[in-house]
Amino acid sequence: MSAIDREAQAFLPLQPATFHILLAVADDDRHGYAIIQDVAERTGGAIRLSAGTLYRSIQRMLEQGLIVEPRERPAPADDDERRRYYRITALGTAVAKAEARRLANLVKMARARGLAPERA
Amino acid sequence: MRLYRALLFLYPASFRREYGEEMASIFARRLRDASNTVARAAVCLSAALETIGNAALVHVDILRQDLRYVLRTLKRSPGFAITAVALVALGIGATTAVFSVTDVVLIRPLPFPESDRLVELWETTPGYSGMELSAPNFRDWMATSTSFASAGVSHTEALTIVTGGEPHRFDGAALSAGVIPTLGVSPMLGRAFTEADDAAGAPGTIILSYRLWQTEFGGDPSVIGRRVDGQMDIEADTFTIIGVMPREFHYPTADAEFWVTTRFRPDDLVPAIERSNNWLNGIARLRPGVTREQAQAEASVVFANLRARFPKENKDTGARVVALRDDLSPRSRLLLKALSAAAACVLLIACMNLAGLLLARALERRRELAVRAAIGAGRERLVRQLITESLLLAGVGGALGIGIATVAVPLLSQLVPTTLPIASAPTVDARVVVFALLLTAVTGLVFGMAPVARLGRDTDVDGLREGARSGGGSRERLRSALVLTEIVASVVLLVSAGLLIRALLAIQSTRPGFDVDHVLTLRAELPVPEYARVVTREAFYRRVLGDVRALPGVRAAGFISFLPISKVRGGIWPVKVAGDVAASDDARGANNVAALRYVTPGYLAAMRIPLTRGREVADTDTQDRPFVAVVSESFVNRYWPGQDPIGRHFDFAFGDREVVGVVGDVKFRGLERQSEPQVYLPASQVKDNWITFYAPRALAVRVAGSPTALAPSIRAAVHGAAPNVAITEMQTLADMVDADTASRATQVRVLGAFAAIAFVFAAVGIHGLLSFAVSQRTQEIGVRVALGAQPRDVVAMVVTGAIRLGVVGLAVGVALAYVAGRSMEALLAGVTPHDVASFGAAVALTAVMVIVGTLLPTLRALQIDPIVAIRAE
Repeated sequence: MSAIDREAQAFLPLQPATFHILLAVADDDRHGYAIIQDVAERTGGAIRLSAGTLYRSIQRMLEQGLIVEPRERPAPADDDERRRYYRITALGTAVAKAEARRLANLVKMARARGLAPERA
Repeated sequence: MRLYRALLFLYPASFRREYGEEMASIFARRLRDASNTVARAAVCLSAALETIGNAALVHVDILRQDLRYVLRTLKRSPGFAITAVALVALGIGATTAVFSVTDVVLIRPLPFPESDRLVELWETTPGYSGMELSAPNFRDWMATSTSFASAGVSHTEALTIVTGGEPHRFDGAALSAGVIPTLGVSPMLGRAFTEADDAAGAPGTIILSYRLWQTEFGGDPSVIGRRVDGQMDIEADTFTIIGVMPREFHYPTADAEFWVTTRFRPDDLVPAIERSNNWLNGIARLRPGVTREQAQAEASVVFANLRARFPKENKDTGARVVALRDDLSPRSRLLLKALSAAAACVLLIACMNLAGLLLARALERRRELAVRAAIGAGRERLVRQLITESLLLAGVGGALGIGIATVAVPLLSQLVPTTLPIASAPTVDARVVVFALLLTAVTGLVFGMAPVARLGRDTDVDGLREGARSGGGSRERLRSALVLTEIVASVVLLVSAGLLIRALLAIQSTRPGFDVDHVLTLRAELPVPEYARVVTREAFYRRVLGDVRALPGVRAAGFISFLPISKVRGGIWPVKVAGDVAASDDARGANNVAALRYVTPGYLAAMRIPLTRGREVADTDTQDRPFVAVVSESFVNRYWPGQDPIGRHFDFAFGDREVVGVVGDVKFRGLERQSEPQVYLPASQVKDNWITFYAPRALAVRVAGSPTALAPSIRAAVHGAAPNVAITEMQTLADMVDADTASRATQVRVLGAFAAIAFVFAAVGIHGLLSFAVSQRTQEIGVRVALGAQPRDVVAMVVTGAIRLGVVGLAVGVALAYVAGRSMEALLAGVTPHDVASFGAAVALTAVMVIVGTLLPTLRALQIDPIVAIRAE
């Protein structure tokens, strides 16, 4: 296990909001509202982050080094002057992966006891 | 939208600055996306709710972060942390302990429903503002009064009950039927007294205190209806237990263990002479809407009428209506105020020290804070951290302080006057803890603010400039002012403690009129009617005294009605001397009374009360011989000044008495009080069944060695003569006299402890101030030494400031201490508030304090190596 993976382990289990935000910025830098929308779309509207929850999580994740505010801005066409964008860090990626592994393991265990559906 | 922006102010400013705009724009979008009014309302509502919840969470996040940070920085300077916590702990501990007593005694409402309507009823005569009521006067007062919803009277009563095979004596009270309803408390078991229980000749009924129920009846609920045989002071009866009072019920004093009824007989109420027999404590509940003043005005009218009807017995008699809450001697009140002020002084000094420490620390951390401000930490975050730090320190200190108070409070129970109907031992309860927490919070906030206030000016580039000498005049002036306050407060405390110590010494050196050492005392509670006859008692005395005197090491032994200084049980009787013109003609003139005490031969010798003329009472003073008396010197000075009193006659206690001896006066009311002249009568010269209350029951035994060593043998001697007699109050005479000054000794200890704490704090404060000044001026001192300054110049540099503080502090402190001394003059037992010894000691101690505080910093300044100091720059 690499150093970064060991560091990532310390964050587990993640709060659901943190995990969703990591997923939202996993492939692309996003601003706050885009994160909310992404989470809502992926969960079919089941999870709608409130502004307070979002920014409280963001503040903590910034401090923990899971995400950063990149210096370079996106393409001018997409840019909104007032907006602040967030990008996942290497640590953030490692944490998201570790959490996904943890959840997958849980599902595997549940499946072994017939508590979860077989893989489709 | 505007509302949402207002809600955002719930977030910490740093968070709001960072994310407020974005959050507002998200809210605006959601509002736009909502299809109709209902949906928009839902968006608003949920936004409001989540803002409140999340704002709280963000605060918690920051607090957690700050605490982590503060703990980390405190770990780096444990000396500072420990000192600060200790300061707060002692300050809060002292204040909380004193508050717990003050609260119980002065502030908290009494434990009765609507207790502000409860009043005490007293009679008054010139010289006595609070005299007990007489039974007929009370009855007539209540018959005409309309001010009271209900009322009742009580008197103390003692009961000997045989429990566990041995007779035990308990203190309690006899109540008229009105007392318990007036107080508004119901028994927790059984019922209260009815008028029928209280009627003359009614069968005995008794209500138990919770404690007596627990200790003697095992808390058994089936105790109701049980019958107990009890021996009261002058009669025996069988009592049916009809109730148990709740644990928190105390009346008329904290230590009442049981209640019986008064059952006044016609001869208590009818004879006119009973109007000057004042023995009852009155309690009443004001009718709703009636004020104490109105009741008082009515009482004055009632007593004007009673004076007119009974001009002899009620001469100069009035009445007083006093709030039950105020049944407290002005001295108790003054004492608690003085102690509260002293505790506040200690807290103040602790806070000044704390503020000084925090200031110094803020200065030391100037660069750190400036750096953090420069890299973007908002001022608000820095302030938050500083306040978190001081609140954390105060919190830990406060918790420790509550611990200290919990330990200290039982030691202060001596300060609770027993006259109040409350439990005598104060405890640290929720109320007191809340007080301590509030105090702690205020301490942390106010004194944490001192460095914060500087932050605005300090976080500029100045702080970054390395080596900038923080000569900071204003800063040092602030710290000097803090230290000055400490010196002033400690001088006041030192002087006050000194004055009280002097008062205690003065009282302890008061000669009680007898020799307190090597005497064992006890009371043999001779029951009546068994011992109503003189001959029975004489047989008992002869047997006990014979056995006791035969014990090895016993020098003398004798019985008396009541020992001096122990609980005063009355016995102040009028004296008639033929041809005495000074006597007033009313039944209770204060200037012609004396203390009546019956004694057996040997008592005066056992107490070593000096015989100055004539002889002691003797075995030959029997019923068939002329009735004699031994009187005290003040008695002689009152009636036959400058004449030989031996052979003179006076009328006292139902008969003519001839003076056969004169003895020294005894302070039987206690060392601090005036005592009436004393008359000692032979125990045998009284008629059967007469005033058996005064029959000698207290035994004094003078021994050669330790009095307690003989206690078992003496007890055996009493029980050998009368196995069914309860032995109570067995103690040495020295302990009894010490108990008289115990509350004073406690005062002195408390104030002394406060003064000691203040002394150390102030010395630490001076030390801290100078150490800091020296470390800040290292370079300057180095330059001066390099330029040829001599060690004495360096010493002068450091010490001058301290001396100036000391002198100014002393001047102000001495002036304030004089004011404090004047205001507590009543506590000083004749020691003047400008007592030279107390002030001298305080001045000397302050000098020591300044020297001790100055010593280390001065030495450090002397060790400064100019080369190192200058190169460091």
